[in-house]
Amino acid sequence: MIDLRLDDTYETLRKTVENFAQREVAPVIGDFYEREEFPYGIVAQMGEMGLFGLPFPEKYDGMGGDYFALCLALEELARVDSSVAITLEAGVSLGAMPIYRFGTDEQKEQWLPAMCRGETLGAFGLTEPGGGSDAGATKTTAKIDGDSWVINGSKSFITNSGTDITSLVTVTAVTGTKDNGGKEISAIIVPSGTPGFTVEKKYSKVGWNASDTHGLSFDDVRVPQENLVGQQGRGYAQFLSILDEGRIAIAALSTGLAQGCVDECLRYAREREAFGRPIGANQAIQFKLADMELRTHNARLAYYAAASKMLRGEPFKKEAAIAKLTSSNAAMDNAREATQIFGGYGFMNEFPVGRFYRDAKILEVGEGTSEVQRMLIARELGL
Amino acid sequence: MTNIVVLVKQVPDTYSERKLAETDHTLDRESADAVLDEINERAVEEALKIKEAGEGEVTVLCVGPDRATDAIRKALSMGADKAIHVSDEALHGSDILATAKVIAAAIGKVEGVDLVIAGNESSDGGAGAVPALLAELLGMPQLTYAHHVSVEGSAIKVDRETADEGITHLEANLPAVVSVTEKINEPRYPSFKGIMAAKKKPVETLTVADLGLDAGEVGLDNAWSTVSEAAPKPPRTAGEKVEDDGDGGTKIAEYLVGQKLI
Repeated sequence: MIDLRLDDTYETLRKTVENFAQREVAPVIGDFYEREEFPYGIVAQMGEMGLFGLPFPEKYDGMGGDYFALCLALEELARVDSSVAITLEAGVSLGAMPIYRFGTDEQKEQWLPAMCRGETLGAFGLTEPGGGSDAGATKTTAKIDGDSWVINGSKSFITNSGTDITSLVTVTAVTGTKDNGGKEISAIIVPSGTPGFTVEKKYSKVGWNASDTHGLSFDDVRVPQENLVGQQGRGYAQFLSILDEGRIAIAALSTGLAQGCVDECLRYAREREAFGRPIGANQAIQFKLADMELRTHNARLAYYAAASKMLRGEPFKKEAAIAKLTSSNAAMDNAREATQIFGGYGFMNEFPVGRFYRDAKILEVGEGTSEVQRMLIARELGL
Repeated sequence: MTNIVVLVKQVPDTYSERKLAETDHTLDRESADAVLDEINERAVEEALKIKEAGEGEVTVLCVGPDRATDAIRKALSMGADKAIHVSDEALHGSDILATAKVIAAAIGKVEGVDLVIAGNESSDGGAGAVPALLAELLGMPQLTYAHHVSVEGSAIKVDRETADEGITHLEANLPAVVSVTEKINEPRYPSFKGIMAAKKKPVETLTVADLGLDAGEVGLDNAWSTVSEAAPKPPRTAGEKVEDDGDGGTKIAEYLVGQKLI
């Protein structure tokens, strides 16, 4: 009937990334996090392994894999650290994917190969100070002047937008008025370093501290007319289709964080003694771990199910929302329980569970809040 | 064109609990996760570097049970071209002499070998003698404990690292046997493309008989040494506590001198 086992290729990839995360990321990421520093060396290694090219064809220096392969890599990275996982997720789903999906051949040839090799990062600028999922709130404008777009406005919380290797930001902007009076929104490539395009100082964040997030401002930024991505006026619709996939990726990342909590707590429950025996011998801890395992298991099943529909080419909007909601809840709950199991040490930044706790919160917000996921599920139910 | 054979071994993961079987004191392969020995990843990496710097072909050679296929696939997914897997029930419990004989015979099946690269020692058996035995059996020069290797035409140069005497520079004509240390390089991680390509690469499976060897030359019963007893390592003791009464530093220094550590 159904088979949820990973085939050889997926399983080997999963193991390879697991091994990489344990050996290369785990020992050093705490320091980067503490210093709020972007781990260029680790990202370069991820690039050499082809992780940034996973779902793209070999023609663009991709790996010829699929989106599920990316999800497996994200889960394994997030088991150890979410900052590097989100750097990969945003680089692929938000940086490269819109150009691959909707870009012209020239745009793909110009930007994709270096992104697939992990040598450059792309970012996507949608959210603004005044609105995220609400497209009507978009205030950034792009107007044609001669053969250029002239862009004015600002964007908020843009991942990968200010690293030394960021090559571009694709921004959504109002380019006119639709027949029904609504705003016409389009997506336009703004290369890093374009005059008038300013990357603001990086945010001070609660979590994801080794990832790169900035506000952006655009002051009469002039880019060639051919930097339009896809059709004029389709910018938001295009983004929504990308967002559905992105939800599965964030679900995989959340599952990884939930699993990381189980991994850490299992080890700790066996080692740490209180009142003469390992704390894992107490039913209070056993039940916590059983629940944590259960939530992780469900989260994984949910994202596998959504990915399987997506790969078969079937509609997967509802499943993606369910996966994202289930797994971000699992991540939050597991991180809370994990810090509790660790007691005082759980409150110390030097322990991974403290980092997991700080990193979990954003999973209920990014790529559509939990409330937006519920909205989508209800809408899919016909309400 | 450099024709390279890399020796790889599947070993129990050092992160898992490793045990010997209670019956015959051979490695209990079921009790631990099996992985490609890390030192062999470095051997493969070095072979790939030599190949990529010029021209060449890399053949992976593994002696081990059927499940060692996983270790072979990993080496292939890193970029090696093909593999030979010697798998035979009769090999169970073979000592280093028998192992070296089998490897030498298998290398004989590869035409025009220029270079054999091995890890300096495995993380399970840890004898560290197979590369030297192999060089003797093949009649090739041995350049062991290399932390730097360069191939120049028909010659090979190696920086050999020893515990006390620093670095020795060795040079030999090819063909030769090289063993590498942990410092030689940082092995690459297989890419997804490499993982998929590895599935299509040829793996030749050979038995002891295929190599023209007699089962009486290998295996536990024909080993030159036997393990008579095995016991787990005793748990770590509490160590020695130095009380600091103002002369703590001196006491620690005296202790370290006493242990010949400084």
